Amino acid sequence: MIQQGKSLITDALEGLGRLTMLARECFVSLITAKVSWRDLLYQIYFTGVKSQSVVLITGAFTGMVLGAQTYFQFHKVRMDTATLAVVGVSMCSELGPVLTGLMVAGRVGAAIAAEIGTMRVTEQIDALRTLATHPVDYLVVPRLLALHVALPLLTIEAITVGIGAGYVVGVFLLGIDPVYSWHNMLKYTDVSDLMVGLIKSVIFGGIVALIGCYKGMNCGEGAEGVGRATTEAVVYSSITILITNFFLTMTLGRMLS
Amino acid sequence: MIEVRQLNKSFGSHQILEEVSFQIEKGESVVILGRSGGGKSVLLKHLIGLLRPDSGHVLIEGEDIVRMNERSLLRVRHKFGMLFQSAALFDSMTVEENVAFAFRQDRVIKPVEIGRKVAEVLDLVDLPGVGKKKPSELSGGMRKRVGLARAIVDRPEIVLYDEPTTGLDPIVSDSIDRLILRVRDHLDVTTVVVTHDMRTARRCGQRIFLLHNKRIYATGTADEIFNSTDPILRQFVDGVSDPKEAIF
Repeated sequence: MIQQGKSLITDALEGLGRLTMLARECFVSLITAKVSWRDLLYQIYFTGVKSQSVVLITGAFTGMVLGAQTYFQFHKVRMDTATLAVVGVSMCSELGPVLTGLMVAGRVGAAIAAEIGTMRVTEQIDALRTLATHPVDYLVVPRLLALHVALPLLTIEAITVGIGAGYVVGVFLLGIDPVYSWHNMLKYTDVSDLMVGLIKSVIFGGIVALIGCYKGMNCGEGAEGVGRATTEAVVYSSITILITNFFLTMTLGRMLS
Repeated sequence: MIEVRQLNKSFGSHQILEEVSFQIEKGESVVILGRSGGGKSVLLKHLIGLLRPDSGHVLIEGEDIVRMNERSLLRVRHKFGMLFQSAALFDSMTVEENVAFAFRQDRVIKPVEIGRKVAEVLDLVDLPGVGKKKPSELSGGMRKRVGLARAIVDRPEIVLYDEPTTGLDPIVSDSIDRLILRVRDHLDVTTVVVTHDMRTARRCGQRIFLLHNKRIYATGTADEIFNSTDPILRQFVDGVSDPKEAIF
């Protein structure tokens, strides 16, 4: 039992060390190697444009549920017009970036791990190396940069749609006064809330890309290995996003408030 | 040109290579023979730095690549071309894009020139007109040819072949053997072929190494190896299994 525990800790630390080495290699690549604009634009298209429907639906329904729930609670204490303020702050600083990060981890993180994992088991990564191309330059850096760019944009979309959907539910379905609630939202939702959300989304983008690429590049043999790498990429990215979010909330909340 | 000194490699507790040493001269054509799972491909991957040994040295034109990091190795790998057992084509790209990959980051060469080089090398491997196809549309033999075209398009000095005829019928295997010789003569390259196909070994090897029991067991010209009376060599050359040994 103790041995098993030790082994788990050792594996976890080893994985963390390798992930750090990958991040370091990405940094070296950004300084020394040229990023292909064509690859980068394709990755932005794949990670950003193709993820829009998922993110928009998530943002819209989260905003609607949040608006409705907040109204139901606030209505008891006659604070109906504060509903949109809660929706605005929550969407900007927490729900927008976190839910977008989780959805992108599921869609893009899984795709990255599966694609790179398949390349690994079919010797395509070795082929890249024999063609004098560093796998980090060609496979990891474009995906990392693309997610750093795409995730904040997707988060802004989710926030906008979420607040809009919350407004529609609050004003048109639940009958909240539109002027007061809009005024309160603008009053209580600060630029710093949006900044917190955007900073988080940039960091979450890095988490999804690095863990997806790491799992793909270190996957086991065969279809089973690729399948496991894909699952682990999604699970580890999601958990890392949730844990990191807590620390970012505490740190950024103090710094920016 | 290639020198391997006292190379040792294990995976976990399983030792694959033990004190392997040899030299390959520039322009030479060498075949490494050995049983399936005997470490031939592992040895080949050490020559280009895809695997790192537990101990020992691999020198390419006097430069020890074992001590190099991955980025320094990229420079050395410009000297190499490698054909993988599975061809390892990039399945998201067309044949043309696969072959032109070596020029991907070379902004000095104009696209027209790249297109000309790609067409020329596809002609050399007898595959004109397949440039727009995807690897999934090709047969096993065609995939190997495209893999070879990709390996030689940038005019390497050394070409490594990992089981080039495995999984192919005898006729296609014969055409691949001829292609290996044509590439060797046309481009004047050093050739290292890993195989257990005796016909390929006889045809392509000016010198043959037999990898047996983790070591280079025998070295010689094709005639010396094929006419040897050594029982291990004879067993391998004649393809006779030992009834006492469990072979699966």
